[in-house]
Amino acid sequence: MSIPTLTPFPGGLLLPAHKENATQSPIINAAMPQRLIFPLQYPAQQHHTVPAVPQVSVGDTVLKGQCIAQGDTPNTSCIPVHASTSGTVMAIEDHPVPHPDDTHTRCIIVEPDGQDKWITRKKADVTTLDNDVIFDRIAQAGIIGQGGAGFPCIDKLHSQDKAIHTLIINGAECEPYICCDDSLMRERADTIIEGTRILQQLLKPEHCYLAIEDNKPDAIAAVQKAAKDTAIDIIVVPTRYPIGGELQLIQTLTGQEVPSGNNPTDIGILCHNVGTVAAVYHAVALDEPSLSRIITLTGDSLDKQGNLEVLIGTPIDSLLDEMGVNRDTLSQVIMGGPLMGFAVHDLNSPVLKTTNCLIAATREALPPPKAEMPCIRCGRCEPVCPASLLPQQLYWYARDNDAKALTEYNLFDCIECGACAYVCPSHIPLVDYYRKSKHHLRQAADEKARADKAKQRFDAREKRLVEQAAARDARKQGGDKQSAIAAAIARAKAKDAK
Amino acid sequence: MNYTTHSPTPHTHTPGNVNQFMRQVLLAMLPGVVVLHYFFGAGVLFNVFVAMAVALAAEAWMLRLRKKPMRLFLSDCSALITAALIAVSLPVGVPWWLVAVGAFFAIVIVKHLYGGLGQNVFNPAMAAYALLLVAFPMQMTSWPAPAGEFHAAPSFVESLRLFLGLASSDINAIDAMSAATPLDTLKIEVNLGYTAPEAMTQLHWGAWQWLNLAWLVGGVYLLLKRIIRWYIPVSMLAGMLVVASLFYFIAPDRVAAPPFYLFSGATMICAFFIATDPVTAATSPKGQIIYGAGIGILLYLIRVLGGYPDGVAFAVLLMNLTVPTIDYYTKTRVYGHPAS
Repeated sequence: MSIPTLTPFPGGLLLPAHKENATQSPIINAAMPQRLIFPLQYPAQQHHTVPAVPQVSVGDTVLKGQCIAQGDTPNTSCIPVHASTSGTVMAIEDHPVPHPDDTHTRCIIVEPDGQDKWITRKKADVTTLDNDVIFDRIAQAGIIGQGGAGFPCIDKLHSQDKAIHTLIINGAECEPYICCDDSLMRERADTIIEGTRILQQLLKPEHCYLAIEDNKPDAIAAVQKAAKDTAIDIIVVPTRYPIGGELQLIQTLTGQEVPSGNNPTDIGILCHNVGTVAAVYHAVALDEPSLSRIITLTGDSLDKQGNLEVLIGTPIDSLLDEMGVNRDTLSQVIMGGPLMGFAVHDLNSPVLKTTNCLIAATREALPPPKAEMPCIRCGRCEPVCPASLLPQQLYWYARDNDAKALTEYNLFDCIECGACAYVCPSHIPLVDYYRKSKHHLRQAADEKARADKAKQRFDAREKRLVEQAAARDARKQGGDKQSAIAAAIARAKAKDAK
Repeated sequence: MNYTTHSPTPHTHTPGNVNQFMRQVLLAMLPGVVVLHYFFGAGVLFNVFVAMAVALAAEAWMLRLRKKPMRLFLSDCSALITAALIAVSLPVGVPWWLVAVGAFFAIVIVKHLYGGLGQNVFNPAMAAYALLLVAFPMQMTSWPAPAGEFHAAPSFVESLRLFLGLASSDINAIDAMSAATPLDTLKIEVNLGYTAPEAMTQLHWGAWQWLNLAWLVGGVYLLLKRIIRWYIPVSMLAGMLVVASLFYFIAPDRVAAPPFYLFSGATMICAFFIATDPVTAATSPKGQIIYGAGIGILLYLIRVLGGYPDGVAFAVLLMNLTVPTIDYYTKTRVYGHPAS
């Protein structure tokens, strides 16, 4: 055991937890929905993946765990899609998916047959498997980081040309309301530990930490029991939002900061959510792709609150109905937590592999935003920023669309945790401003890249035309071809210079 | 079902907003107003009343011209605070039009012509004070003698007559009532060749001590309520104390002991109510410490070396000028970036 000295991260908030309502009962399996919706492209917010190509047609029957869409070439960053139960393909069409913007994506829609009939699986003794086989099983299982950002698990694992010295399993779960990881750790600690050991076998890190916030004593006890006689250190970290943020957790445990613009793997650290490593265990040891996850269903508009094991693709509406939603008091459904989550536009949208929590909120619990007042420069935002940014300055520059100043004040180091907006007495939706600015800056960069490329093409074409003309002249005059070309290029350059 | 979908993150928020903070500031000014009333009579109430009325009217007029939501911005109380600060800074017993000019100038020129709430570079109350001091030096430097052993505070009617300008023709009345402030007296006596300790024996600054104590009480309330942070008041008082101690050490016959400067004039109201105006102050803790210390040092230098008996308005306005530079050079190191 090697317990590191904890380094507190700057800023952060102590928030009311709101987790007690959903942690009263054990995990239950959600009822089989009428239909399941599988987006071909992951509606990710932070990075783009290539849409998968359907491997089935309308009317086909599919089995549980069957791959129904995947990339057409092996090396694309494309996440394979699996049917999460057996049934019939009803349609392949555009369907609403959860996203901060009202987004539709091409989806495969499956009607369950109620048999829940599996494909054949090959269970394995993990210790005998080659690394290549393990990588392959993880890649085929379509595992996505379950903590929130939804980075494909395999990409994180493959990004380590550099050795990983520290493996961090993130069970901090710091955002209010969300308690799916808590229930997973309490009830299925063994799965998490086994999954972690697979990653240890794969990466051979010097240190392996599993971090849990100190407000989850049951989870800590369960995981400590399961991790006995392993090389996994259970680290209890202070409850402080956003300690579950990857960068903040790394800072807390190792004292290191991930240099701006780099990934944790660049400094030899890999961080995975507890749900993700549980999925790794299912994929590698049991040969089961990522088909379900635990989701916290909470909020005052629900009769029953709790953690459900939900098939990926289940419509949000059917989960709300199962928990006895009161549609008269329902004001919004937040996917994720109250600080970083977003309001779901269409309740027919399916749950995703990143859906950790659905809050069926009443107007009283999560009231609509108050009128935005001008910034009075009070500076309350500054000491709560975990990235030590100057939220107030960023806000002024975001309003001015000042790209240079936004870059200088490190807009892209904002993790969008919302701590600044949470404390703002003027109720300015700061994170919204930052997101929009990031979007504009990215767009401008894309456009510039495209323009540069077009310019290159244009220049190349001009040069080619000049050369061809020169070659023609040379042929006509039967003179020296090389000198004619050189002369023509010189002429063209002189023209450019003008 | 009233289903909403366009709610920006975060969906939850701390209790407390700008209006509530501003109301707390007004509440914290009460002890100071009570002490002013006790020593100088009801004139302070008239000052507050007219300043607030003019400020609100000017604010409404500007909001209308600028097509801003009237109710939202009038209810933020920021104009009331500006008005209250002007009202308690002016000598009690000034005529009503002086107060009105100050409040109008602060709201229209200093606040709204610079872009309104949150945008002004200069502290509106202090810019108004400076304007009045330069334009009407006589009225602005004649404080009435505080109530004491030999002298009662003017009655309500007397105060009203002064305020309405009805007493202004009666030179004797004003003469009987006005007196040099302690800071004034010290300066005059030292310039006449007396030593500071000699001058101090002539001084009665009990009223000003009580007044500063009252502002201190209000300030501590704001600190406890977390409306203001400690950086500016503490650094301002510390800056003043350090430079005052230095001067006292070098020239004890020319200046008074440091506590005199801390508890006379407008020191405490400046430390807790004026310098802490967030709009015109530096923002980071480090920046606020530099900003506060600068005000403390300047305030002392103006009092001791400058031509005016007190220097709060000029010290604050000068430091307002430096805020963008302070903010620029006190940026924190961002996560994942090397120390610069």
